[in-house]
Amino acid sequence: MPQITSPAFKENAARALADAALQKALSGSRGAFLARRQAAIAALPEFERLREIGRDIKNHTLAHLDFYLEAYAAKVEAAGGTVHWCPTADDARAAVLAICRRVGARTVTKGKSMISEELGLNEHLEAHGITPVETDLGEYILQLRREPPSHIIAPAFHLNREDWEASFRAAHTDLPRERVFRERRDILAEARSRLRARFLAADVGITGANFLIAETGSSVIVTNEGNGDLTQTLPRVHVVLASIEKVVPTLEDCCALLRLLARSATGQDFSVYTTFSTGARRAGDLDGPEEYHVVLLDNGRSGMIGTGFQDMLRCIRCAACMNHCPVYGAVGGHAYGWVYPGPMGAVLTPSLVGVDKAGHLPNASTFCGRCEAVCPVKIPLPGMMRHWREREFERHLTPATVRGNLRLWAWFARRPGAYRAATRLAVGALSLLGRGRGAFRSLPLAGGWTRGRDLPVPEPGGTFMARYARAQRERRA
Amino acid sequence: MSRDAILGAIRRGLRRGPLPADQAAMLAGRLERHPRHLVPARSRVPRAEQLALFVRNVEKEFGTVERVPDAAAVPAAIADYLAAQNLPARLVRAPHPELDALPWAARPMLQVEARAARPEDAVSVQHAFAAVAETGTLVLPSAPERPTTLNLLPDTAIVVLRARRVVGAYEEAWDLLRAEHRDAASGGFMPRNVMLVTGPSRSADIEQTLELGAHGPRRLHVVLIEDDAAAAPSGHAGAGPGAAMHGPPAGQDAAAAAPSPHEG
Repeated sequence: MPQITSPAFKENAARALADAALQKALSGSRGAFLARRQAAIAALPEFERLREIGRDIKNHTLAHLDFYLEAYAAKVEAAGGTVHWCPTADDARAAVLAICRRVGARTVTKGKSMISEELGLNEHLEAHGITPVETDLGEYILQLRREPPSHIIAPAFHLNREDWEASFRAAHTDLPRERVFRERRDILAEARSRLRARFLAADVGITGANFLIAETGSSVIVTNEGNGDLTQTLPRVHVVLASIEKVVPTLEDCCALLRLLARSATGQDFSVYTTFSTGARRAGDLDGPEEYHVVLLDNGRSGMIGTGFQDMLRCIRCAACMNHCPVYGAVGGHAYGWVYPGPMGAVLTPSLVGVDKAGHLPNASTFCGRCEAVCPVKIPLPGMMRHWREREFERHLTPATVRGNLRLWAWFARRPGAYRAATRLAVGALSLLGRGRGAFRSLPLAGGWTRGRDLPVPEPGGTFMARYARAQRERRA
Repeated sequence: MSRDAILGAIRRGLRRGPLPADQAAMLAGRLERHPRHLVPARSRVPRAEQLALFVRNVEKEFGTVERVPDAAAVPAAIADYLAAQNLPARLVRAPHPELDALPWAARPMLQVEARAARPEDAVSVQHAFAAVAETGTLVLPSAPERPTTLNLLPDTAIVVLRARRVVGAYEEAWDLLRAEHRDAASGGFMPRNVMLVTGPSRSADIEQTLELGAHGPRRLHVVLIEDDAAAAPSGHAGAGPGAAMHGPPAGQDAAAAAPSPHEG
């Protein structure tokens, strides 16, 4: 498994906020995603109804997941493919390695796959003498920089153009040093020509899957670059990495979800390449892989079924939630400390690695609700984050001071008279102390608040409750 | 066994054992019937508009379309396109019977080879099984006569498409494949690979700014053969809404059919 720094979320976030280059990348990129998604949805009046349909398809599938997985596997096998059932990440790594070793693979090209990140597959292959080559442009530069992705569909979201140039110059030392990158296109062209040779030399191609289709035994990848297709077409062996919740019943079900996916993700009506792969090369085919394997990963997901987190398994990994999240927008993806950032990561990560390690993530939310409002399959993300907070509290993982203060607050909250008296006292004292200035820059016992922002001095007129009661009286009079 | 471990864990979560036979039969029936969901209204329009929608969507996604009156006009259209783009008059094409039947000899300067693509090929000509107006998407199933590498390796991808094969929605394209294609190995209708292609390759990984020509073709050019009288701009009257909804009549197997009189 890749390293987990989720327990240090607070330190990660503080570092991210102080990182000028990261802040530039975050502020430069986010607006584009939101505007494109908005335009694509505005052009499809049925979008809201499709969200409900998407939710229902996924719910139906999850309620019969055992049936659909068996149906899917039978079809894969009928088409000459092999399904490797992998309960754990260890099983999946071993399955991939065994395939690579059996065919004597030296290099492996890879399309973008979050499951691969979840498995830490590259490190595993390298440790066993096999060279993995990431071919998605964003994943490629991250492999050069030995960094994890910071976004599930735009892995290099945190990088600026300068970073690209610097990394390419450092890595491609055989190219003339005085070459100039006038435009982004020049960076792209260099990556394209570097990777062409790798595509042709690879022995095994590994891709992820956006969907698996029970009706036909197909795996589906959705990409824009074409790297995923080259990865799965040119080498002798194609290995698909997919988790169990990717299965949908039919091509029609898949199309309903595809109408949601690209619009929610990149704001395209449809991605450039939506490719359905079913088994290996057929008699007479002039190209395509000779072997087709599906590594089907559970890794904790079956344990979410029947719990309050089952709805999370509807996720189609569009990234709309993180694109719209004010917390993600402020700290970026790396701060979350594992594979999946943003609101979907805040719910999924504790399920997969444990709330003891990832308990900070569901707390990193303002509960503004935008993630749920934009989710194409209507996952109640804030509700599930609240659910994690409750679990964290029940398991006594919340720090003692927080627990103590919550207990204190709960005591007052259950005694309205005492609550009103205490707030009246506090507001009175603050008004008195703050006379003549608009805000406190520091305040005893409130250092945690005033370190990052000012505390406004209460406005005249007493507590909210007092002012509300007065307003009600006046209205009645 | 790991398969039973996963299925067992799922069933524990669902608080039941394997599905009872009647419920399993119901789900198998759903797979068999593959019911359609909501199909957006945008593609349920008369044939001529459907075709115009397809063209508009290809162009919106940075592809180009040239409409030609019949199949005989295709080689000349391709030769002129290559000349206009300053590309060499050399191409590799799908070994598809419909492309075999084109009068390539009418353009003797054009060097044409029928095979899968190789890394050094600059221009490919692929045969489209169908296309989807909804998003300007080409449907390219793999077959001995339709190699996948043609869609990917060359810098310029040209696709020959007959207007009769343009349908409204993805679901209609799947129904065409179900009706016309039978895979000897699996007994199913899915070929090894079906690519739905919408525009030329691109990436927005550098600062979320779109650049064309990532790993696949930089240019995508569709040569559209106007072989559908109902879809001709003047032949509007022939296309009722029913015809539009169901797309071209079934049984028009592009892969198997001899060139139609239209292509004379």
